[in-house]
Amino acid sequence: MSELKSGHRVLTCINCPLGCTLDVEIADGEVVRVTGNTCKRGEVYGRKEVTNPTRIVTSSVFVSGSSTGARTVSCKTASDVPKDKIFDVIDAVRGVTVPCPVHIGDVIVPDAAGCGVDVIATKEVF
Amino acid sequence: MIYDLIVIGGGPAGLAAASAAHDAGSREILVLERDERLGGILNQCIHNGFGLHTFKEELTGPEYAQRYIDILTGKGIEYKTDTMVLDISSDKDTLIKTVTAVSGSDGLTVYSAYAVVLAMGCRERSRGALNIPGYRPAGIFSAGTAQRLVNIEGYLPGRRVVILGSGDIGLIMARRMTLEGAKVLACAELMPYSGGLKRNIVQCLDDFGIPLLLSHTVTEIRGKERVTGVVISEVGEDRKPIPGTERFYECDTLLLSVGLLPENELSKELGTEISPVTGGPVVSESFETSVPGVFAAGNVLHVHDLVDFVSEEAAAAGAHAAAFAAELKDRAGAPDTELRDRGIEITFDGGPRYTVPQFINPAHVSGPVKVRFRVGSVLKNRVVKVLFDGNCVLSKKRNVMAPGEMEELLLKEELFAGNRGLKEIRISVEEESV
Ligand code: SF4
Repeated sequence: MSELKSGHRVLTCINCPLGCTLDVEIADGEVVRVTGNTCKRGEVYGRKEVTNPTRIVTSSVFVSGSSTGARTVSCKTASDVPKDKIFDVIDAVRGVTVPCPVHIGDVIVPDAAGCGVDVIATKEVF
Repeated sequence: MIYDLIVIGGGPAGLAAASAAHDAGSREILVLERDERLGGILNQCIHNGFGLHTFKEELTGPEYAQRYIDILTGKGIEYKTDTMVLDISSDKDTLIKTVTAVSGSDGLTVYSAYAVVLAMGCRERSRGALNIPGYRPAGIFSAGTAQRLVNIEGYLPGRRVVILGSGDIGLIMARRMTLEGAKVLACAELMPYSGGLKRNIVQCLDDFGIPLLLSHTVTEIRGKERVTGVVISEVGEDRKPIPGTERFYECDTLLLSVGLLPENELSKELGTEISPVTGGPVVSESFETSVPGVFAAGNVLHVHDLVDFVSEEAAAAGAHAAAFAAELKDRAGAPDTELRDRGIEITFDGGPRYTVPQFINPAHVSGPVKVRFRVGSVLKNRVVKVLFDGNCVLSKKRNVMAPGEMEELLLKEELFAGNRGLKEIRISVEEESV
């Protein structure tokens, strides 16, 4: 990870749709202050976004043998993954087909793209 | 039999209304859903970000829907899917409602109820209203249609994409199609501000380097059989294209994300008064429409940004509908018409385009009243004041207000307790004095 540049970074907190504008102050390679947040999550996000940005990745994969005629089931990473791994996770789930029934929380792809995070189903499909 | 309550629509609003009506004591509840499964639009909103307010965790759309479906089945609430409501009417004397619906399994069926909750949601504005010159080649989709194709059908509708309009579904689809291997060239927005939530701009455009062209619009669509490209022009303050700013984008797909409209065909035929601003019914603090015993909530009432607020609003409507049903049942067909006085119309100045509810009857207020509104342009450093007969009873500082984000004011029950004779409720948005 490259050395953090001193100064201010202005970010939009994405943890909830309020979208507070955060001002992250960086000095001597460290985050010294976060302002503009409405709640604690904003501060945590602001610190993380400048040091190690992450995202939840969502997608959908094909199913087979659905009694309701469903073609796909939606899925997500069980927790957030580094931002630069988003495309690797998508590649790992592309082309996957899972047999029905599928339940919320079922593992679709374990340890996707070597991130140590499973991709799990987010819909009940029969 | 006469149901206590029939809920029209099994999306997020309908599910929350039914659940809250059950909590408020209604037992004979019926939810009618046109699609084959409950959950409505949430089923195709596979991204996360739902539920932080309602469940204190971040869920995807289908997971959020399933939480409510589980609540509904847990309470034993009756629902019918694949059922299309054709007509709703209300008897002028008894106030009993008749709901006519059709389904493959039951055929044409007529249901009766003491109260009805309208929860039909909204639909997308179509291209027809936009009048872009050009043929009508294949490759033009509403953002919601593209969302269904990619997320439900598993089919990518294009490879090189331009998005017109910066509504949330368009932004979400910019990311989704990029992840699926498409190249999203730009998102053009006619207005000088985005129609979508800030978080979606960050997560769906900025994360992938997709430019958001504010004050731009598509002025020409090229291609006869299939879209081959679009011309994007800058617009002036009058929102008219500025000659000489045209730029050609080679693409095979144009997504339209130019706004949503409450779905109110049924409400109009029923005779509810519709607000020309929201496109939804005019309601009181109880979410009751101008037709007694008919309530409305969620996107059918006014388009929301957040499903959590849809659920909250619908839960309030459901509880009020349950109370109405209980009262009407008690009176055995002799409704007290005086109780139906909808009260004072909320007036406003300095920014809001509308409020929901539009009316408050101080005598009917039980519990806090949430007044939601949207502003018509981006406003900075404002104070939002609520004035009762000219006296400020609430003031709230707002650094930024934007049309894309709904505002809300919480009016506590105590405010109305001492103000039964209230004549005027005014919301005034003023510049902050330094
Ligand atoms: S700081 Fe808190 S309130 Fe503001 S956007 Fe982030 S999570 Fe939401």
